[in-house]
Formats: sequence, C-alpha cells, structure tokens
Amino acid sequence: MSQGVVLFHTTTSALRAEKVLQKAGLTVKLIPTPRELSSDCGIALRFELSDRETVKTILTDAKIEIEIHPIR
Amino acid sequence: MIYLDNAATSWPKPASVTAAMTDFLERAGGNPGRSGHRLSIAAGRVVYDTRESLAEFFGVSDPLRVIFTLNATHALNLAIQGLLQPGQRVVTGGMEHNAVMRPLREMEKRGIQVEVVPAEKDGTLSPSAFAAALETDTRLVVLNHASNVCGTLAPVQEIASLAHAAGALLLVDAAQTAGALPIHLRSLGADLLAFTGHKALQGPPGTGGLILSDHFDPGQLPPLVRGGTGSRSKHETQPDDLPDRYESGTPNGVGLAGLGAGLAWVKERGLDAIRAHEMQLSAHLREGLAEIPGVTVSGPQDPALSTAVISFTLQSKRVSEIGYRLDEEHEIFCRVGLHCAPAAHRSLGTFPEGTIRLAPGPTTTLRDIETVLGAVRKIAES
Repeated sequence: MSQGVVLFHTTTSALRAEKVLQKAGLTVKLIPTPRELSSDCGIALRFELSDRETVKTILTDAKIEIEIHPIR
Repeated sequence: MIYLDNAATSWPKPASVTAAMTDFLERAGGNPGRSGHRLSIAAGRVVYDTRESLAEFFGVSDPLRVIFTLNATHALNLAIQGLLQPGQRVVTGGMEHNAVMRPLREMEKRGIQVEVVPAEKDGTLSPSAFAAALETDTRLVVLNHASNVCGTLAPVQEIASLAHAAGALLLVDAAQTAGALPIHLRSLGADLLAFTGHKALQGPPGTGGLILSDHFDPGQLPPLVRGGTGSRSKHETQPDDLPDRYESGTPNGVGLAGLGAGLAWVKERGLDAIRAHEMQLSAHLREGLAEIPGVTVSGPQDPALSTAVISFTLQSKRVSEIGYRLDEEHEIFCRVGLHCAPAAHRSLGTFPEGTIRLAPGPTTTLRDIETVLGAVRKIAES
C-alpha cells in the first residue's frame, strides 16, 4: 500500500498531530524526517496515502500547519 | 514533623511524581524534538502530554500556547521584558513579589513608567484605584493573583475588564494559585499567565511556564532567549512557530514528566476538594492564632478571600527566633522574614521585620494545625 508523509514546522505539532489522528482511528507513525524532503523538524508522520484527505481535513481543523508528500 | 512551607514549594510530592521522573530517565531518555529515534520521540510525547494537560487545565484551546520556562520568575521576565518599550507605562499592585518588582524596576531604568497601585492593610486591592491609574495610557497591567505573604486574592476579573477597556494587556502571576484554585484564562481575563510547577501543581522545581491566551498575538512578544529548537534548522534566525519561538535549548523533560504527574494528582484529588480542605485548615489556623495573646495575623479574615497562606507576628519576639524554635523544638517547618516580597510587607505594615508564614497543603491535617497552634502558644508564653 502506498504511504505518505506529513511534515511539520515543530516537533510539538508533529506530536499533536499524532495524537489527533490516532484519536480519529487512523494508522500513523512518527518517523525521522526524510532528509530529501526537509530539515524543518526532526520528526515527520507517516500515514496510509488512502487516508490523505481525512488526514488533511483533521489537521487543518486542528489548525496545524503541514505539508503532505507521497513517499516514493 | 509538620511541613507548613507549601507556599515556598510543596512537599511531600506525590509518589507518582517521583515515579514519572524515574520512568522518564529510565525509558524515555532522548532529547525531545531533536532526533527522530524512538527515545527522542518518547521524550517528546511526555513533554507534549504535560503541555496538553496544562492547556486543558488553564482553559486554552491550543496546547502550543503553553510555553515552558524554568519557573514563574522566568515566565514573568519573558513577558515583562518582551512587552514593554521605553516610553510606555505599566501598572501593578502593592502586593507583588520581587519576581515582578525587580524586572519592573529594571524596566524603569530603561525608560518605562512604573505605577504601583497601593494595597489596603490586609492586602486587598481596589478596582477603583486601578481604574484611576488606567486613565493614563498604559501598555500592561501586572497582577499577583494571590499574595505569597498572606494569601490575599486580587480581584483579577474586575481589573482585567478595566485593563482591557483602557487598551492594556493583563499579565497574571499565578505562582501561588496554579493548582490551588480553578484558573480559566478566558473567564479570568488574563492575556498572559505565569505559573510555577513546583508549588500547588505538585511538580518538581525547574518547571513552570507562560500561558498565552487564545486571542493574544505572539507577534507582539519577542523571545527572551534564542537558540536551537530542533526546528527550521537551516535558518540562523529564531523561528516564529509556537512554542519553539520561546523554547530554545534542551527542555527539562524529566521535570515536565514530574509536572504532568503532579497535575494528574491534583485533577484526581479535585481542585474543589483541595480548596475546601485548605480553606478549612486556614480558617482554623487563623482563628487559633488570633486567640493567642500578642499575635497579629495579616491578611483578610474570610478564608474565601485568600489562599491557604497565613502570616503572623508575635509581640516582642523576633520572627527569626520563632521560626528557629518552631523548627528546633517542634519540628515545624515554615518561612520567616520578607518572603522576597518587600512591597507586599510594606503594604501590610510588616516591613522590614517580616512575618512568620504558615502555608498548609493538601496533605496537611487538622491535627497538624492543632499541634502548630499548641507550639505557637508555648513559644508565646515563654
């Protein structure tokens, strides 16, 4: 299954996103940020790409600034 | 042994606080927010959970608006030094701690006008006196929620309305009240609130923070300290993101693990239950002390108008002697002197000698209070 990664400006946002998404029943995992994507924050959040729109909506509602990338 | 120095720091700490700190060091020992491995993430989660619990506890919707600092003093300095510019004016009350007065006196040297609204003899502040002080253009009002000397509560809500009507911000020093009284930033009317973790919140020393209300624009508050945040690392300038803007350097993860457990303990016991218990203790203590010949008790008579902090003096005896004898002869621990609050003691008329301060906590019993009253009586009669 293809996966995506969410990038954050701060670790606190990443940790907050993990909690909010887990609460919504999504399968997510915090991983070290892939270097080719960004050096903004040490951790990123991996998710199932099929959940992309849900992830986007939930995090936008929680006012968490994000960038979403598919993982190649 | 009876510990009545909870206004200085709470003791004993709940066993769960020690356990959480041990657990943090043994199992979650990474540097939160710096690396991507699981120990770093585990440490980050602990810090985040404490942040989120505090946001909920203080009634702010965004946990990122909980800024961790070393203590309340650090948080007050961040706010005071960041918000005031030369030529501006700041208003405060006559019951402040030096954590506020010393930064304000420094700001005075930098060209900021400092106006202190006098307090009554029992530490009460009058909103109408603040209204008069706020007729002149003011940037900031700094207010001690409760006196660390005699517990007197400030009329924060009324002063908040006056401050906002005058276009000023309100910074509340909740060192004595966070964990002792319900605090909801919006209903209190505070724009910023400084708290400490090691008093009524039952956490360890080295924890505290500044809470920014949901409507406060962080753009108007520059950081006090700048440095590594683990975020936006390619830039040599400080990021604007909360909380990183104000949190540079490795945070006190182990302390914040303890603070999270302390707050959980307070919530479990219940703020209302803690408050009711402490009001009962302080009422009993105050009445008992007042019956001892030669004793003068400071602060308001009604325990609902203060926290559980009682200050007294004993005619013809030095406060230092009474403190020493309570310790040596009765194993009762308290704090005597000026309590880092010369301004408050001036207002109460107890400067420069100071007072003997007795501050029970949630685990103090009525029996302890009886023992203390017996000890003071004995010292008074000797």
